[in-house]
Amino acid sequence: MSGHLGPDILARARQLISLYPEPRSALVPLCHLAQEQDGWLRPEAMAEIAELVGVTPAEVQGTASFYDMLHLEPVGTYLVSICTNISCMLDGGLELLEHAEEHLGVGAGGTTPDGKITLEEAECLADCDHAPCVQVNHRYVGAQTPETFDALIEDLRAGRRSDEIPSHGTLIRVRRDGGLRADPEQVASERAAMAEAKARRAAEAAEAAGGEGGS
Amino acid sequence: MAVTDAPRIVTARIDHPDSYTLERALATGAYEGLRKALTMTPEAVAAEVDAASLLGRGGAGFPAGRKWAMLRQSPVTYLVVNGDESEPATFKDHLLVERDPHQLIEGVVIAAYALQVTRAFIFLRGEFALGLERVQAALNEAYAHGAVGADIFGSGFSVDIVVHPGAGAYICGEETSLLESLEGKRGFPRIKPPFFPAAIGLYGEPTVVNNVETMSNLPWIVTNGGAAFAALGEGRSTGTRLFALAGHVRNPGVYELEMAKTTFADLINAPVLGGGVRHGRELKAFIPGGVSAPWFGPDQIDLPLGQDEVGAAGSMLGSGSVVVMDDHTCAVRASWRITKFFSRESCGQCTPCREGSGWLERIMERIETGRGRPDDLDLLLDACDNIAPGLTWPPQQTTICVLGPSIPSSIHSAITMFRDEFLTHIKEGGCPHG
Repeated sequence: MSGHLGPDILARARQLISLYPEPRSALVPLCHLAQEQDGWLRPEAMAEIAELVGVTPAEVQGTASFYDMLHLEPVGTYLVSICTNISCMLDGGLELLEHAEEHLGVGAGGTTPDGKITLEEAECLADCDHAPCVQVNHRYVGAQTPETFDALIEDLRAGRRSDEIPSHGTLIRVRRDGGLRADPEQVASERAAMAEAKARRAAEAAEAAGGEGGS
Repeated sequence: MAVTDAPRIVTARIDHPDSYTLERALATGAYEGLRKALTMTPEAVAAEVDAASLLGRGGAGFPAGRKWAMLRQSPVTYLVVNGDESEPATFKDHLLVERDPHQLIEGVVIAAYALQVTRAFIFLRGEFALGLERVQAALNEAYAHGAVGADIFGSGFSVDIVVHPGAGAYICGEETSLLESLEGKRGFPRIKPPFFPAAIGLYGEPTVVNNVETMSNLPWIVTNGGAAFAALGEGRSTGTRLFALAGHVRNPGVYELEMAKTTFADLINAPVLGGGVRHGRELKAFIPGGVSAPWFGPDQIDLPLGQDEVGAAGSMLGSGSVVVMDDHTCAVRASWRITKFFSRESCGQCTPCREGSGWLERIMERIETGRGRPDDLDLLLDACDNIAPGLTWPPQQTTICVLGPSIPSSIHSAITMFRDEFLTHIKEGGCPHG
């Protein structure tokens, strides 16, 4: 199944995997990377991630489906998240969502026919002093009124915010450039030492339990 | 006195527009605490944190020093920082990661040194795109500056730090769920015992999990001494703490206040803090510590912002977030929205939480939309009782983690305090607030 992720994404994926004591820890970060390439999690991408971290494609999908930010279906260029949780509800969040649904002609969870905007009803986004809180592709755009919301959508559609808000899937534009674990042999030997230490501790624990007459 | 003259410990730097850069951080004393720590023994650093009696700032309020002491009996393998801030109305860690990432990184290295850990992970909420970029950029700078990585400042101590993005799940703020997620799995909480992270944590290894704000206090504590920190506040509530104020106040925001010396009345009404209930309205109720906490009414507004004081009054300071509701607020609608949140975020492992939250949400929704039935209030309380038997505080637990037993708080509070509003909804077939 390899070959779907492009060379740059693949190189970054391998680098991410090397940062963790166990490859599977990179599963979620790799899903974010695949979304950076495709905007959502294609089955081919999940299969390749599975190969990279050493699990089955079903395990990748089963894990990804747990998380709101990992999308198993296509998403618009801009994911617009409107919070309606308590602080935002007290400040008109539900009314703003209703307005957005009307203005965009899609319900929460839907994507506009031009594929530009996906609307989402969000839980608390931790920006309650700017309520009702709105994020576009997980970037805060400040409290919105129906009027400013319409202008925001117009700007997004016209590409006027594309510098500050990359298209959906790109989460972290800053690349790690310190503490890279570039030497595969070093990573492998660290992992082996860790596995050995863990096995030794397990054996010691089993022995201790046996000594106490535990079952 | 609304605001004491206590120093600002974790927000000292944030007024500078470039507070997140290494240049500004160094010009305002960053990494001095770390340099000092590296001249001390790891035990001495841990002893300062113990002397500060710093309570964990994530929500549970467990003393950080004691958490570490439990681990010092056996070697710790990993340090994990919990930056998955998702408790509704909590937005203090958001401020710290965006505005002062170097303070966080310095705190992480100090903790790693005290615990003699060589691998640390900063788990940040996935929705913090800017925060993730700021912390990663600061980490790059810190590596280049010699403050992270191999042989830190020539001390011989080394630690690697990885910034790990979450992917949108409230439950991952629960520490065992966070560890599952960090292992690349669904965020299902682990049962305790035996899975206390201190004993069996990340990859089954002894692990310390501390909150972002807890870590951010460490540079000041090492620089100024644990005793100076403990001199602030009162009783077990030492130091300062970030309070996130939201809802119907003139000035919502994050305020750093001396613990236990300031009251809810000060936070909500002082002109330099919340500025009072806005639009000239009256206070109806407030939630003192995140939506998992039982509500308080105006008669409890003079309680101090202290962990034990709020606990004794039947709620919790929790994550330090306060939500103010004015007298035009519909209590049914507010508690329904909170219930809907829990229903959406239940991880689905335990039946009382998975099924109970859905049942409760549907009953609450029908009351709010005018389809309530006469016996619905008894039904709600009965269902709540099945999730948290006796509806006591702190709640009895029927589930692996505390998400389930947190669900009844808002419903029980709203029915107890505003029963008439529920009855009006049911009798008149709708919300009197429109």
